[in-house]
Amino acid sequence: MTDLLKVRDARDVETAVQWALGAGKALEIVGGGSKRALGRPSQTDLTLDLSGLAGVTLYEPDELVLSAKAGTKLTEIETLVAASDQELAFEPMDFGSLLGTAPGTATIGGVLSVNASGPRRIKAGAARDHFLGFSAVSGRGETFKSGGRVVKNVTGYDLCKLMAGAFGTLGAMTDVTIKVLPRAETEQTLLVPGLGAARAAEAMMQAMASSCEVSGAAHLPASIVARLPGMPGGQAFTALRLEGVAPSVAHRKTLLESLMRSYGQPETLDTEASRTLWRAVRDVVPFAVDGPAGARHVWRLSTAPSQGAALGAALAAEADAELIYDWAGGLIWAALAPSDDAGAGLVRRAVANAGGQATLIRAPAAIRAAIDVFTPDGPGIAALSQRIKDGFDPKGVLNPGRMWAGI
Amino acid sequence: MSVIMPPADQGVLARRERIVAALRAFVPGEGVIATEREMKPFESDGLTAYRQMPMVVVLPETTEQVSRVLAYCHAEGIKVVPRGAGTSLSGGALPLVDGVLLGMAKFSRIREIDFANRVAVVEPGVTNLAVTRAVEHEGFYYAPDPSSQIACTIGGNIAENSGGVHCLKYGMTTNNVLGCEIVLITGEVLRIGGKHLDSGGYDLLGIITGSEGLLGVVTEITVRLLKKPETARAVLVGFPSSEDAGACVSQVIGAGIIPGGMEMMDRPAIHAVEEFVHAGYPLDVEALLIVELDGPQAEVDHLIARVSEIAGGCHASTIRVSTSEEERLLFWAGRKAAFPAVGRISPDYYCMDGTIPRARLPQVLHRMKELSAKYGLGVANVFHAGDGNLHPLILYDANKPGELQRAEDFGSDILRLCVEVGGVLTGEHGVGVEKRDLMPAMFSEIDLKQQQRLKCAFDDQGLLNPGKVFPALHRCAELGRVHISGGQLPFPDIPRF
Ligand SMILES: Cc1cc2nc3c(=O)[nH]c(=O)nc-3n(C[C@H](O)[C@H](O)[C@H](O)COP(=O)(O)OP(=O)(O)OC[C@H]3O[C@@H](n4cnc5c(N)ncnc54)[C@H](O)[C@@H]3O)c2cc1C
Repeated sequence: MTDLLKVRDARDVETAVQWALGAGKALEIVGGGSKRALGRPSQTDLTLDLSGLAGVTLYEPDELVLSAKAGTKLTEIETLVAASDQELAFEPMDFGSLLGTAPGTATIGGVLSVNASGPRRIKAGAARDHFLGFSAVSGRGETFKSGGRVVKNVTGYDLCKLMAGAFGTLGAMTDVTIKVLPRAETEQTLLVPGLGAARAAEAMMQAMASSCEVSGAAHLPASIVARLPGMPGGQAFTALRLEGVAPSVAHRKTLLESLMRSYGQPETLDTEASRTLWRAVRDVVPFAVDGPAGARHVWRLSTAPSQGAALGAALAAEADAELIYDWAGGLIWAALAPSDDAGAGLVRRAVANAGGQATLIRAPAAIRAAIDVFTPDGPGIAALSQRIKDGFDPKGVLNPGRMWAGI
Repeated sequence: MSVIMPPADQGVLARRERIVAALRAFVPGEGVIATEREMKPFESDGLTAYRQMPMVVVLPETTEQVSRVLAYCHAEGIKVVPRGAGTSLSGGALPLVDGVLLGMAKFSRIREIDFANRVAVVEPGVTNLAVTRAVEHEGFYYAPDPSSQIACTIGGNIAENSGGVHCLKYGMTTNNVLGCEIVLITGEVLRIGGKHLDSGGYDLLGIITGSEGLLGVVTEITVRLLKKPETARAVLVGFPSSEDAGACVSQVIGAGIIPGGMEMMDRPAIHAVEEFVHAGYPLDVEALLIVELDGPQAEVDHLIARVSEIAGGCHASTIRVSTSEEERLLFWAGRKAAFPAVGRISPDYYCMDGTIPRARLPQVLHRMKELSAKYGLGVANVFHAGDGNLHPLILYDANKPGELQRAEDFGSDILRLCVEVGGVLTGEHGVGVEKRDLMPAMFSEIDLKQQQRLKCAFDDQGLLNPGKVFPALHRCAELGRVHISGGQLPFPDIPRF
């Protein structure tokens, strides 16, 4: 039985969607497949494999812009721009270690569709903030575009924002344009030892409120530190990253050290060790599927930084929870001991109290089908989201139900 | 003016008195303005060539009032045009003869300042600069800084996704907001986002930002606050040609430097400004660059040296580095006064706002010179050089018959040129009524219809700010129809597995 269509070009995507529309079929939209286990399992008849839409079509380092076909591997793009000392500043994470897919399979289309970002989110923004333009096929079987190839553009609605984080439920993207930025010449990370989560939150907020331009602020409890490569073991560390030109980093390091003095005597990671640490934090390696937390259900919680420690404490008080704090306390990765509902009741209650949202990232498909993977919105926003979906994909051809029932 | 607005609803106009009375029940006292004399200040925004008296002006003070007014207008089929400070340069707040003008100026409170989370919660009528003023005692500021920041409101900034000279490094409005409260035309109040970074679900805040008042009325905004950089210094560089200036900009960015601001002016702009401000700009150059570096002292000194070196390699004829805060501000004083300075050398000017891939600048300036000769109108250019956002100021005299029309045609040609070289119609001022009819130069019918389907999800009767952004209005029912070629399509000829 045919269940996978491997498109060769954008025209194929249009043809496939038009056919599905006519035949009343639903399509699963897949790039590299690294995030297939993310979101609600949607009921589809066929898989539309976009990985054949590969290749960078434009890269102008001086203009800070890159266009690629949506199925281009993220690693290919990262290697290319690195050769010009540039990077994707939003530091997209690789879900491979969390979800057990091969590393390096992610495509740029998938990265944008889940609005991926990493520790630098606090300074540089998420995928949405670097997404300049696209061409896509809607569920109506029509090819439409939005945005452009220039950084500054307010012509018409900013549909890039809508596509970022839509999990392929509004259109199958065929071509995308993103902003690239110079990569920092050097970086260092200060490690403040031995803080509890609440005290660490204070330290991180103080660092963020300084002019040190911290580009990564994570709190790693002792059990987590033990699972990170190249880290001095035995205690918790609060990690603060500084990036930039060497004289600037040196200057800010002095400043930050004096700010952190009352919290403890910090250690320093130099460029290579710092890069290794933040890559592991970015990819949530301590919760890797083949590691000690591999059987746990993993949530990603976003809250105001000042609420992070209390939110973490609320989870830990009622469940067997391992926690990693990123984004100065505003992002919590929570790995909960397996349970029938992945701890949804507790997580939703705690997040409602703290303000923010939570997404279930890793759990068996049966659980992801039974409970809300994304934060359930109030009736007004839910209805609005449904109307938006209906405007782009009225017959539910594209990843139907991937986010919520019907969306 | 040449732009055609949606036909007036005669039924609504006939009911005007009843409508005014009904609105007074929702917004008491001076909140409803219905006399010709008092409505006069609202007849246009910053695009003064376009004027239209509204049917009535309403100035609500609470979300509940906004909700009741909108629900009423929705039920009665009455059009609504939101307005902030009325500084839009694209006619976004241009009233409609049969519409309610909903002025948001009374929403002027800062509701909360939260330094721990580095956010402020403000009402939409708060001016852009007022946010910075309210937090600067703690060393913070709100980054997007349109030149109109003394007057323009955060609500208007959201609607236009406004930028400023610092947005190359710090982003536009959309990169600096976290949440909002919005009232839909039905009167329904929605809260979106908050103090956290990622909201999950569809990025509604992302599409509301830059939606030009067509999707809903914003009644509260959560903005991000940044710590003021330790220091800032600027370099003033003169070049014998715009090619050299353009090459310098590319090399600065190519060297991995993202300046806090990087602004360019051409010869006519330099001369107009120098005469007005006496900033000490060199007059024997074709292009002038102001490059500002901000951050820690050590970094700024380091990068200033590198930028000066790059400029030297690009045939710069003058390079001046600011040695004091006064001097830095003087460099900027000229650039900031560019619009009024041009206003002094010409009875009227028309400000354009296209964006181009930076490398195409010399070509675009060259074509612009030819167009200037063709239309017989002068043009001065100021340019957010870092991100390719061009502001040609077309000089004309509205009192001379035909000149305004010529200026507009000249402007349209410039914007088409921007699109032709790979750029866009507007970088920060919005489409409004001004560029509405040029949208097909950039978008296909399918693109525009898809955008309007998004509008339908928010406002299915098209009552909010109609006549803006979209050149042709379609009914939502018509847009919603799906054309299915029947099940007859053969299975697609695509490799299967
Ligand atoms: C001298 C001058 C310099 C300028 N410089 C810049 C610049 O450097 N960068 C830049 O980006 N712009 C600039 N502008 C343009 C203008 O100031 C911005 O577009 C600004 O954001 C408009 O804000 P406002 O409060 O005046 O909005 P208005 O002009 O009143 O309205 C603008 C749009 O916003 C909508 N709107 C207003 N409030 C709300 C609300 N609460 N809810 C929903 N919709 C709303 C209106 O319907 C309209 O479509 C300049 C303008 C002038 C006159």
